[in-house]
Amino acid sequence: MKLRSVLVANRGEIAVRIIRAAKALGIRTVQVYSAADADMLAVKLADEAIEIGPPAPKKSYLDIAAVISAAKRADVDAVHPGYGFLSENGDFADAVVAAGLIFIGPSGDAIRLLGDKVAARAVAEKAGVPTVPGSDGRISSLADALEVTKRTGFPVMIKAAAGGGGRGIRIVNTAAELETQFPQASAEALASFGDGGLYLEKVITRARHVEVQILGDGKNVVHCFERECSLQRRRQKVWEEAPSFLLPPEVRQKLCDSAVALARSVGYRGAGTVEYLYDDETRQFYFIEVNTRIQVEHPVTEMITGIDLVEEMFRIAAGASLSVRQADIAVKGHAIECRINAEDPRRGFMPAPGRIERLAVPEGKGIRFDTMLYGGYVIPPFYDSLLGKLIVWGEDRPACLVRLSQALEQLKIEGVPTTVPLHRALAADPQIAKGAFHTRFLETWLETEFAADGGRAAEVA
Amino acid sequence: MSKHEIRSPLPGTFYRSSAPDVPPFKTDGDTVSSNDAIGLIEVMKTFQEIQAGVAGGSIRFLVDNEEPVMAGQVIAEVDQ
Repeated sequence: MKLRSVLVANRGEIAVRIIRAAKALGIRTVQVYSAADADMLAVKLADEAIEIGPPAPKKSYLDIAAVISAAKRADVDAVHPGYGFLSENGDFADAVVAAGLIFIGPSGDAIRLLGDKVAARAVAEKAGVPTVPGSDGRISSLADALEVTKRTGFPVMIKAAAGGGGRGIRIVNTAAELETQFPQASAEALASFGDGGLYLEKVITRARHVEVQILGDGKNVVHCFERECSLQRRRQKVWEEAPSFLLPPEVRQKLCDSAVALARSVGYRGAGTVEYLYDDETRQFYFIEVNTRIQVEHPVTEMITGIDLVEEMFRIAAGASLSVRQADIAVKGHAIECRINAEDPRRGFMPAPGRIERLAVPEGKGIRFDTMLYGGYVIPPFYDSLLGKLIVWGEDRPACLVRLSQALEQLKIEGVPTTVPLHRALAADPQIAKGAFHTRFLETWLETEFAADGGRAAEVA
Repeated sequence: MSKHEIRSPLPGTFYRSSAPDVPPFKTDGDTVSSNDAIGLIEVMKTFQEIQAGVAGGSIRFLVDNEEPVMAGQVIAEVDQ
């Protein structure tokens, strides 16, 4: 199958990233955009750009018919969905294929199977991947839910079967709380996802979030090792690393092998991520979910393995076999990514759209800045606040942290508040240097360490 | 009698109700108290509540539900 042109069905920094990969492979690029995004960087970089609707995502980037119509008009061979928006919508993948085009990702059936959290959990169990103790699939009544907690104990999470990405989750600490929250959670899941199905999972306290990058061509599957993404605020990742440096080698091997086994069991095609919770004390890991797309934090994996994951997605979609064998993939050094958001960390992370008055991007060995920004760009208020990602590589983690601090000093974004001061403070923090953190660490740290001086110590340093 | 203008503090998308399937916070002609919610502004996927800011009668909306708004744009007027 020939892949000579691609429609980028996304926006922001990932659209820029996809266009750069396509250009490196000599693929013609067509960028879709909403009325609010006519000035975005990806539109300027693409060979062609097509407006698909008004600013509201559901009338543009989430409008399957509008995207398919643009793809047909532009006469492209393939569609890359990026992350978010339609990237994990099985019906969109089917619609792309029905239009005679290549969807750069797994099949609609695979997206639906792995996107349903209950079905994915069953797939994981069947492939021998440990799962978090919880309900055996969906639970239909409060009585069943209470029965499950006799086994798991409290606290437990009530999760929406159709949720994901940290959405549709409630934590309850007692049976009484479960009784109040269960019906509310079901109503909320029905309203948010069109599916009121729920399941229960034990809360693993003080766990790390560790995830394995996989690549499959439908026959073979390889892993590109793991990422450590425990630094989160409101279940959104803030800072990511690769590898997860404190993982014992034998645990790393088992973890990565389990992700490959899971992906192989469904004949996975494309790039994907298997997410886990890891308990440092018991050295147990537990499957959480599979993301059937490229992830925001994919560059840290690229920095330590030398594999260009987005280029690999294009090759797989074009029908090629994997260009790498497992034996060829090795970890070299350490990488950290900081998500730079248009939010004010000193004012409760209030989002702040606006005009970029000045931009100075750090350069040098081991430094990469994936961004949607340019000087004079006006950030629209209609989409998420991610402006770019600073990714830094070093020979080892201490060297990486030193280089990261230097790069964060050189990164200047003027015009809107950003999360750069937060990252400067994190990069200088002794607990971060030790790696002593878990998924609940950052929120506490923000209330104590960061609130104490508002990140000013790192500003002056 | 004077008119008080309620302005959006932020650019974003204006919503007249707290969720798609619930009634609007206020309808044209309603009386408002100072801390009554009159709408939400969605900015970068987060929601900020807009309060009337004044007590008065007969609120009149100038922006439709789900319409984009600019920072400083008048969303509604209240008679005082």
